[in-house]
Amino acid sequence: MQTITYIVYLIASILFIFGIKRLSSPKTARQGNMLSSLGMLLAVVVTLFDQRVLTFEYIIIGLIIGAAIGALMAVKVPMTGMPQMVGLLNGFGGGASMLVAFAEYYHILNTTGPVIQAATSVTIVLSVLIGAVTFTGSLIAFGKLQGLVTGKVVKYPGQHPLNALLLVAVLVAGVMVILDPSKTDMLIGIGIVSLILGVLLVLPIGGADMPVAISLLNSYSGLAASMTGFVLQNNMLIIAGALVGASGIILTIIMCKGMNRSLMNVVLGGWETAGAGGAAAAGGADAHKGDVKSVDAEEAAMIFDAAQSVIIVPGYGMAVAQAQHAVRDLMNVLESKGINVRFAIHPVAGRMPGHMNVLLAEAQVPYDKLYAMEDINDDFPNTDVVFVVGANDVVNPAARNDPSSPIYGMPILNVDYAKTVIVNKRSLNVGYAGISNELFYYPNTLMYFGDAKEAINKLVNELKEL
Amino acid sequence: MEAHELIMLIYVFVLAIFVGFELITKVPPTLHTPLMSGSNAISGITIVGALLSAGLEEFTISTILGLIALIFATINVVGGYLVTDRMLKMFKKK
Repeated sequence: MQTITYIVYLIASILFIFGIKRLSSPKTARQGNMLSSLGMLLAVVVTLFDQRVLTFEYIIIGLIIGAAIGALMAVKVPMTGMPQMVGLLNGFGGGASMLVAFAEYYHILNTTGPVIQAATSVTIVLSVLIGAVTFTGSLIAFGKLQGLVTGKVVKYPGQHPLNALLLVAVLVAGVMVILDPSKTDMLIGIGIVSLILGVLLVLPIGGADMPVAISLLNSYSGLAASMTGFVLQNNMLIIAGALVGASGIILTIIMCKGMNRSLMNVVLGGWETAGAGGAAAAGGADAHKGDVKSVDAEEAAMIFDAAQSVIIVPGYGMAVAQAQHAVRDLMNVLESKGINVRFAIHPVAGRMPGHMNVLLAEAQVPYDKLYAMEDINDDFPNTDVVFVVGANDVVNPAARNDPSSPIYGMPILNVDYAKTVIVNKRSLNVGYAGISNELFYYPNTLMYFGDAKEAINKLVNELKEL
Repeated sequence: MEAHELIMLIYVFVLAIFVGFELITKVPPTLHTPLMSGSNAISGITIVGALLSAGLEEFTISTILGLIALIFATINVVGGYLVTDRMLKMFKKK
């Protein structure tokens, strides 16, 4: 039986790998997800036949409760709430890893007594640490995205020394557990301190840095699963966890590159050079710059009507205003007039990797109209009208030409090279980086003020009448 | 677990990380959100460990911890796969 179990675990591992491989194209992606879920089903079923599994009432209770909650969440969550959803799911994965490590620890103590080999204790300690940090870290990330916890950068004195101290405490306690595995209190202490550490590590991270935080926590949840695999000496868990760990790390790197920041800089919180004072000063200076030209719906519609090519640049503001359907309507009306419409997606637009793509997919915008930054950036000079919806820092030319700007060096969409840029925004407020956007004052920029959804609907109506 | 057994597990871990890197770099940016939720569901594989603990013959603290872990992991797995499927259904070409 054990042999069959291992063979099925191998098959499940292969299904996970093929499942991710199929994600390389939207055409095969859905099938890939099915393969992956089939692997999971096989793994669960064969585990139920494991010789260790003798009572089923708790298993049935657990599966029913978990499946009901999971299914409900998956069906209910709006597409704009996807970052929170992924954050929360990361947390449950991490929490499960931590609990399994504890369960396994007590199981070993109960069956073989207080002698645990060092190699096993090491994996238990690491599993508790990573699982706990993932659990509370993800809950905080969820809270920030849901608006339950402040989305601002939280800083307090002694922050970094405190975190370092807690980590050292966990490691010292870990060594003590490894040397004397009967120190149950010590392992519980490691769990508690790790839970606190998870809160403290994610709390300082600001809202717009969430793409990085969520990716990183995704990676942790994978590592936590791998650690559980080490504890149980189960290769399938190690492989599955490693795949997820790698995925999270790659996304983290892409997000950091998209902001031209090091991971350290993001994790330690905020744009280092953009202190509150500096931001206020910059904003104050620009407030007197004047020279902002604004248009109403009718004027904007006429400009669109005269264009041959339009690129739409969505940002987090589109998600907040739930304006993706209005944007789709705009695309349709422009296309009905024979205008070429494309979308330019910055890697860090939104609150998680690919956030804009999912929202536009929900609004039935075909995915082949969505272009990544590097694929469309050279086309802006040949574009008649660029329409910026709720994006700010990612289209700020200061990143290209103002070495004193905190976002200098960040790759941006070169929308200012287009003949006309129409920016839809509620006000002239600064973006996340706390700096004003010189794009708004450019001679080829027109501001179209208003809530994205309302403003775009008005624009669509005007266009229909032309 | 002996040290050499741990080393063998680390072999598997390291090789799987390389496989992961190769696979994930080929995923286009447009699918990054489903990639996250889908891979997230895979990390719910901890469910196997939870089942082993929740199904122990004698009722001990391990059973309780296993049960809670099982609920968490099942939410992760079921929620993750379903929501990923819901998203991927929406991706259509013109």
